[in-house]
Amino acid sequence: MKKIIVLLFIFFPGFVLASGEGVKLEHVQVDAKDLESLKRGADLFYKYCSGCHSTKYVRYERIATDLNLAEAYVKENYMFNSDNIGEVALSSMPADLSKKWFGTTPPDMSLEARLRGNDWVYSYLIGFYEDESRPFGYNNHVFKDVGMPNVLAGLKQELGEEKFKAAATDITNYMAYMADPVKVERESLGIKVIIFLLVLLIPSYLLKKEYWKDIH
Amino acid sequence: MKQIVDSVMDWVEVRMPVSKLYKEHMADYYAPKNFNFWYYFGSLALFVLVNQLLTGIWLTMYYTPSGGEAFNSIEYIMRDVEYGWLLRYLHSTGATAFFVVIYLHMFRGMMYGSYKSPRELVWLFGMGIYGVLMGEAFFGYLLPWGQMSYWGAQVILSLVGAVPIVGDDIALWVRGDYVISGVTLNRFFALHVVALPIVLLGLIAMHLFALHEVGSSNPDGVEIKEKKDSEGIPLDGIPFHPYYTVKDIMGVVVFLIVFCSVVFFFPSGGGLILEGPNFEPSNALKTPEHIAPVWYFTPYYSVLRAVPNKLGGVIAMGGAIAFLFVLPWLDRSPVKSIRYKGWMSKFALTAFVVSFLILGYLGTQAPTPGKTLAAQIFTIIYFLFFILMPFYTTMEKTKPVPERVTG
Repeated sequence: MKKIIVLLFIFFPGFVLASGEGVKLEHVQVDAKDLESLKRGADLFYKYCSGCHSTKYVRYERIATDLNLAEAYVKENYMFNSDNIGEVALSSMPADLSKKWFGTTPPDMSLEARLRGNDWVYSYLIGFYEDESRPFGYNNHVFKDVGMPNVLAGLKQELGEEKFKAAATDITNYMAYMADPVKVERESLGIKVIIFLLVLLIPSYLLKKEYWKDIH
Repeated sequence: MKQIVDSVMDWVEVRMPVSKLYKEHMADYYAPKNFNFWYYFGSLALFVLVNQLLTGIWLTMYYTPSGGEAFNSIEYIMRDVEYGWLLRYLHSTGATAFFVVIYLHMFRGMMYGSYKSPRELVWLFGMGIYGVLMGEAFFGYLLPWGQMSYWGAQVILSLVGAVPIVGDDIALWVRGDYVISGVTLNRFFALHVVALPIVLLGLIAMHLFALHEVGSSNPDGVEIKEKKDSEGIPLDGIPFHPYYTVKDIMGVVVFLIVFCSVVFFFPSGGGLILEGPNFEPSNALKTPEHIAPVWYFTPYYSVLRAVPNKLGGVIAMGGAIAFLFVLPWLDRSPVKSIRYKGWMSKFALTAFVVSFLILGYLGTQAPTPGKTLAAQIFTIIYFLFFILMPFYTTMEKTKPVPERVTG
C-alpha cells in the first residue's frame, strides 16, 4: 500500500508542496484599544524599523488620528523624510542599494501582521540569536537565514529580557494596527449593528406570527 | 390623489400586465404551507445576490483592474475610502455566504427530492446557476491580486493544459499570456463584473419562472396541486405573499445577525474567507508554500488531487460536478422526500454529505500520504452515491406517502 502511495506522489508531483517548517511560535496578546501600547510601539517602529521598511499604505495623518497623537508629535518623531502629514510612510533607502546590502529589499510592513499573523511577528522580533556563519552575526528562529541584521540587539541589552519582550509586544501591537487599522471602529460599529438586528428580530417575528396564526 | 394613482396604474396596466405578474408570482402563487427550516435558503440566496451586486458596484467605483494597481487599490478601498472596508468585507464575506446558502439550498433539494419530475428544469437551471457562481467566484478571487489570488488562478488554469493536444493553447488563450498577468486580470475583471452577472441574472429568472410554473415541492414531496378546493386553490397551499414574504423577512434578519457577526468581528474567517498569503502582492517569481483554493472549491480540489494523473483528476473533478446535473434521472425512487424513502437512500445521502465535508476539509490541507488516501476513499464514496443511485432507489422499500402534507 505504501508503495502505491509513494508512486502516486511521484506521478503527481505538482501538488506535493512543502508544508510549513514547523517552527513553534510564541503567543502574543495584543490589544488594539490600548493606545499607550500602540504609541510605544509606534515610537519604537519609527526609531528602529522605518528607516529600512516602508509602510506604503499607512498615512502619518491617520496614525495621528487613530493613536490620538498631536500632529506636531508625529512630525517630530515619525516623519524623517517628509513634511506632508498626508503622506504615506516610505523608507528613504533606495531599493536597489538595500538589495545589494542585505541580499533582498526590506519588504513593506503595512500588511505584515495580517500576512503572517501577530504571533509570527512577535516571535520574529524576539527570535534573533547569535550565529557567526551569518554576514551580520545573527540568525532568526522563525525566519531561517534572514537578511535583516539584529537591529534590536542594543534595545534588548538596554532593557533586559522581560522589558524587551514587552517592547516587542508593543511593536507587534502597532504592526497589527497598521495591518488592520479599522479594527476598533469595525468592532464598535459591529456591536451597534448586531443590537439593531436583534431588536429588529422582535417585530419581524411578531409580524410573521400574526400572519401565520390562521395557518394550521 | 388616489384617482391620479389609479389612472396611472390603469394606463400602465393596459400596456403591461403588472398586476398579472404580481398575482402569478406573489399574491396568487400558492406555496405549500409546510415549508420548514431548509426552505429559507432560496430567498436568502436572492438576498445575498443583491448584497453582492450592490457592494460589487460600489467596489468597482474604486477598484483599479491593472497588474500594477489592483493590490494597491484594494488597500486604498480598505483604508482611504469611507466605509470601503465595510463594502469589501460585505462582498468577500458575501461570497462565502453565497456558497453556504447555495449548498444548504442544494442539500434541501437532494433531501426532499425537489429535483424530481416535474421539477427537473428547475434543478437544471439551479445547477447552471451553481456553475456560473463557481466561475464568478473564481474570476473574482483573482481581482485582489495577492499571492493566493495569483497562484490559485495559476494552478486552476494550468489544469486546462491537461486537455490533450489543444490544452496548452486553450490555457494560453484564456490567460492571454504565458503566465497569469495583468492581461488575465483585466479579462477576469470584465467577466466578473459584466459577463457572468448577466448570465447569472438570466438563469435566476429562468429558475424562478420554471419553479412558479410547476410550483414548489415540500418536505413531504406531496403535490399540493392534486388536492384543490372548489375555487381551484390548493388545499395545502398558501399565497406566497404575504405568508412567505413575512416569514422570509424574519429569515433574512436571523441570517443578517450571523452574517454581520462575521463581517464585523471575523472578516478573515480564520483564513477561510480572506487567506493570509493574499495580503502579499502577487509575485510571479515566488510560489507560496501551500496553495489551496477558497473553502467552497476544496471538495472538488480534493477529488482532483486524489486521482494520480492530471487529466484523470480534471475529468474526475468535472465528473463530480456533472453528476449533480443528472441527479433527476439517477433517482428512480417512486417517492420524492427522504421521509418516505428507505434506509439505503438515507444512508447514501448521509455518506455523500460526510464525504463532501471531509473532502472539503482535506482540500484545505497540504497533502500527506495518509490524507491523499483518505481523499481517494471519500472520492469513491462521493461517486458511488451517484452511480449506485438508480439501484438503491429502486431496490429499497419505501413508505407510503400521505395524501396531504403533514405539517
